[in-house]
Amino acid sequence: MTRFKFKTNIAHSEITSEAIYEKRREFMITGGLLGTALLLNPWTTANASLAINDYKPKVVNLDEALTSEKDATTYNNFYEFGTGKTDPLQNSQNFNTDDWKITVSGECEKPGEYALEDLVKPFDIEERIYRLRCVEAWSMVIPWLGVPMASILKSLQPTSKAKYVAFKTLLDPEQMPGQKRSVLQWPYEEGLRIDEAMNPLTLFAVGMYGKTMPNQNGAPVRLVVPWKYGFKSIKSIVSIEFTEQQPQTSWNISGPNEYGFYSNVNPEVNHPRWSQKRERRIGEIFKQKTRMFNGYEAEVAHLYKGMDLRKHF
Amino acid sequence: MQLSDVLKSAAAKPVVFMLCLLPLFSLVWNAFYGDLGANPVEAITHETGEWALRFLLITLAISPLRQWFGLAAIMRFRRMLGLYVFFYACCHFMIWLVADHSFDIADMFEDIIDRPYITLGFSALVLLIPLAITSNQGMVRQLGRRWKKLHQLTYLVTILAILHFIWLVKADYLEASIYAVIAIGLLLQRTHIKKWIFTKAPV
Repeated sequence: MTRFKFKTNIAHSEITSEAIYEKRREFMITGGLLGTALLLNPWTTANASLAINDYKPKVVNLDEALTSEKDATTYNNFYEFGTGKTDPLQNSQNFNTDDWKITVSGECEKPGEYALEDLVKPFDIEERIYRLRCVEAWSMVIPWLGVPMASILKSLQPTSKAKYVAFKTLLDPEQMPGQKRSVLQWPYEEGLRIDEAMNPLTLFAVGMYGKTMPNQNGAPVRLVVPWKYGFKSIKSIVSIEFTEQQPQTSWNISGPNEYGFYSNVNPEVNHPRWSQKRERRIGEIFKQKTRMFNGYEAEVAHLYKGMDLRKHF
Repeated sequence: MQLSDVLKSAAAKPVVFMLCLLPLFSLVWNAFYGDLGANPVEAITHETGEWALRFLLITLAISPLRQWFGLAAIMRFRRMLGLYVFFYACCHFMIWLVADHSFDIADMFEDIIDRPYITLGFSALVLLIPLAITSNQGMVRQLGRRWKKLHQLTYLVTILAILHFIWLVKADYLEASIYAVIAIGLLLQRTHIKKWIFTKAPV
């Protein structure tokens, strides 16, 4: 399934040319819908202000095959663009992410409205290959590009009262047709405890597969929290708020007995809709065992020491 | 030529038989050419389940269609359509048993018990078994009036199948609701159901 693998210490120009090569090949092979989509939204113009091609590859290697870029960009849950898996690809191609602003508020020393590039620019963009586990019991392995969330949050100087971080997605039903139907409470809201948000794994992601974040995957910036179910990794972020109280989250409002605030990947906690014991890796037929914290137990288990994870699911 | 003549013609049955297999052919074709998207197992599971439900609703529509349009000839397709409900429900079940549970029966039953929507879906499939077994002419004759009573289980299967669908929906109820409205409409065409609701149901 793997199209290309990143190597450490690879020259930037090499990556770029390989990416272009891949794009061209994909365009020629698939043609049709995907080809048209790429033509309408070439990665070079999608968000020119973020110099993705300058990122420093700092690969956290994972001994698992990458999910194909095609699968990861055509099979998406992004209800703002429709509830079907291919709706986000079809309905997000004209989504305008230029001059993206993020409002920072709440318990911090540096509230205000920031241009995305100003938030990201001071830091190196890193590549992180993470497992992504959806609550619907499927999973992928995706090479993300981004900045550690901790770097961004520290630069905003949270006060001692900042116990949680709340995030919001853009609310714009004209651009996001899925918001015209009230399948969820809009705008989409998510939240993390501040120590979760500061964990070195948590990523403020601006790209994947060596390119700018595709619209259907949460352009221009999304969270990636690899030890939690995918819906915690909120997309198209326009608001970061430091709070003292635990913030509300969209899926918890929709189904309080199904989607808890923590929503850590946990094969032991039964879910009324999908057994969480196993998962289907996209590209495979049979299911494999799901691991505690999605295999990131060593990195994050200490965050939940002494907590009853059945109660705080 | 009148519609009823077409329905009565010798070619009608084989043609309908082949038409009913089209959804399966289309799935096999698309699976072979990799056109089922990133999660083909999920696509096959959903498609076969939806086709089982569609054939169930088509089967339920046969009697009302006969009444409304005086199309007595349409009755000759009902058994075949009913058996296609069972066929697609079996495909739906088998792909789930094989791909989701790797043939592990204990694991499968755990899922049936733990997840109410699967409990309902599995019950619907089990209830279809006696209906499929007693669908041949010999059984119809042998069971007489009891055959009709037995096959009214279809109504219960319909309710279970609709609930199975609604219960698995995560947030977007639109599609499941459309099926539910059609199913309720078709069930309310049955005089005994209408009578039961309007005379026995507590107000």
